[in-house]
Amino acid sequence: MSFLARHRIVLPVVSLAVLLALTFWMQPRAMSYFGLNLLFNLAVPIALATIAQMMIIMVNDIDLSVGAFVSLVACVTATFLNDAPLLGLLILAALILSYAAMGAVIHALALPAIVVTLGMSFVWGGLALFILPTPGGAAPGWLRTLMTVKPPVMPMAVVAAILIAAVTHLLVIRSGIGTVLRGVGGNSRSVARAGWNVTALKALAYGLAGLFGVLAGMALVGLTTSADANIALRYTLLSIAGVILGGGEFTGGKVSPTGAVIGALTLTLAASFLSFMRLSPDWQIGAQGAILILVLTARLVFARRGGAA
Amino acid sequence: MTQNANAPVVTLTEAAKHFGAVRALDGVDLSVAPGDCVGLVGHNGAGKSTLVNLINGSFAPSSGQVAFPGGAAGVRSVFQELSLCPNLTVAENLRISHPGLKGPGWRRPARAEICAALDAVFPGHGIAADAEVDTLSIAERQMVEIAIGFAPRGGQARLVILDEPTSALDAGIADQLLAHVKRFCAQGGAVIFISHMLGEIFEVATRIVVLKDGRIVAERPAAGFTRQGLVDAMGHVATEEAAREAESRPPPGAVVIAAEGIEARRGEIVGLSGLAGHGQAAALARLYLSQSSDWRAGRAPRAVFVAGDRPRDGVLPLWSILRNITASILPRDARRGMVDRDRERTVAEEWKRRIGIRTDDLSNPILSLSGGNQQKVLFARALASDAPVVVMDDPMRGVDVGTKQDVYAMIRAEAAAGRTFLWYSTETEEVCQCDRVFVFRNHAISAELAGDQITEERILQASFEMQEAS
Repeated sequence: MSFLARHRIVLPVVSLAVLLALTFWMQPRAMSYFGLNLLFNLAVPIALATIAQMMIIMVNDIDLSVGAFVSLVACVTATFLNDAPLLGLLILAALILSYAAMGAVIHALALPAIVVTLGMSFVWGGLALFILPTPGGAAPGWLRTLMTVKPPVMPMAVVAAILIAAVTHLLVIRSGIGTVLRGVGGNSRSVARAGWNVTALKALAYGLAGLFGVLAGMALVGLTTSADANIALRYTLLSIAGVILGGGEFTGGKVSPTGAVIGALTLTLAASFLSFMRLSPDWQIGAQGAILILVLTARLVFARRGGAA
Repeated sequence: MTQNANAPVVTLTEAAKHFGAVRALDGVDLSVAPGDCVGLVGHNGAGKSTLVNLINGSFAPSSGQVAFPGGAAGVRSVFQELSLCPNLTVAENLRISHPGLKGPGWRRPARAEICAALDAVFPGHGIAADAEVDTLSIAERQMVEIAIGFAPRGGQARLVILDEPTSALDAGIADQLLAHVKRFCAQGGAVIFISHMLGEIFEVATRIVVLKDGRIVAERPAAGFTRQGLVDAMGHVATEEAAREAESRPPPGAVVIAAEGIEARRGEIVGLSGLAGHGQAAALARLYLSQSSDWRAGRAPRAVFVAGDRPRDGVLPLWSILRNITASILPRDARRGMVDRDRERTVAEEWKRRIGIRTDDLSNPILSLSGGNQQKVLFARALASDAPVVVMDDPMRGVDVGTKQDVYAMIRAEAAAGRTFLWYSTETEEVCQCDRVFVFRNHAISAELAGDQITEERILQASFEMQEAS
């Protein structure tokens, strides 16, 4: 079992493959360009939000404001970015910067991230309601085009997922600065001793999370064409689940961007799979949780055996 | 090795570091030149770590100077506690301390550099540069850490501080390190070598510096010391009062605790000694938990605990002094599950008087007290209970001399009344108060001393590896 312990990516891949096979078995028509796009469409913003969460978990924190933040971004995108693109871009840039500032404050004052982000989630939620008190707005045309593009061979959702995984893998796993950021999660004292400014590094990690949060919000509006202040609230928990499903761990800087994207796909697919099973929507959330527990149990069992061997 | 005529790498002049009232380092003059291998020895709390932290820049000196005539570049420290990032690979850990590795394809040079450094220090090490650190054994991690210390990292290592580098290594690997240290110094590098293995110190050091109570008490070429002389220089003559106290004790009673190779009788004060981190604290914790962790412990616990690390496992910071004292006796004095407020106050007032807690009002918050008085509260909490066994985890940390004397007297009185004390301490003076002492080395008991045998000298001998480092 040390094979699984060494290659953490195997289990997320297997989970996705099993779920996909089951879905195709139950609904063979899903096995098409159009079907796949429909299955994974909404996974794109979730994958981006999961990457945002992963940036935070990478430095040993947790972000409870992702969902509210993505909702706020969606509201900004559907209003300001559509009506006055320059102002909209400035607001989004300011949001990313405020995320970075939040990271710096959390580290400099040694505050618990869970409390600060929970507090901030109400701020984001309030701002979102302020901008868009009732559901509405419109997606900018270019964004709509981007999200409904039909590339050859593979549907947009699959291409986007591969692209997100590749870019974040380069950024987090391969690049030098990504390595240092993971080092902060592993042993921040050692990073500080080597002469790095850990406050700046945390600000960078949170800033990256803000960037991916903004991308998630924009992708969401591109798909749904309008926004609502509560549009993405469930992303908070989905993103945490996605990171963990993808082989990440809550502490120790052990994260896998590819795994996180796969985790997001798995969670989206789980929802569709349950619909195909004609399960009443009332039971779906519980069933989704059961799938999550199943995968995590499998991982734990393998990890135990790997440790015992 | 002769001292080069070159400028020294680092010079400390009257360097001192105070933490509040504690003088961790009290005016130290030291100069390390290229080619020097300075062996640094001293007992716990002698100021070795503080000295290292002044040189590597973690602390600024409270007074005096730390100067680097040739610049601070190339001064590296290898720490005693492991300071690698466990989630990264060996090569990636090098990246953390080597900002020069940049741009695409930085991994290849990183792998090459760490492999070269490992090969240079530990030929035949068998560590892969792409292995994640948490898959390595403790010894392998220590080897990686040492190799990173000696690696060029875009410049050249000029002074490497090794703090207990061999504690996790077996003898053969340790020899490789010692050989490398000698080579490194012969090529003009400088090393500060801290170790409790005196054999190693004698093997590599050209000069030995002995620290005691924040001061350098001896500094001579290694040839000018004998092993015995070194141990004598580290310690001081055992206090006479301790010997005097030992006489007037009643003969100990029946065995109360026998576990972990430790035996304690009724009415006995048993000390756990040795150098910090050699397993005493862990043994103490296991002993305590084996005595107390029981769902049915109920109203009369067998053992109580006096914490030394007050913020971590001692005080309840939001509570008043009164509640901090009575936390241990609430079930005993409760009436039908409700706290008996009057009784609680009586007990607390009595202990305030007996143990001399300096406060006007027991309702004040615990944090309004000084460290020493907070510690008295913790003693009061433990002694107020009826438990026959009191477990103390280095309880005199940061406590002033006057309070210590009060507490010694209190402990002796309680022992005479039939209580058993298990006392882990890093300070030899305190251990000399005990009836019997178990000295730990490398997570095992290396000596059991009783009565007149308990002297600082005997304890030091048992704590240090006296054999050749082989």
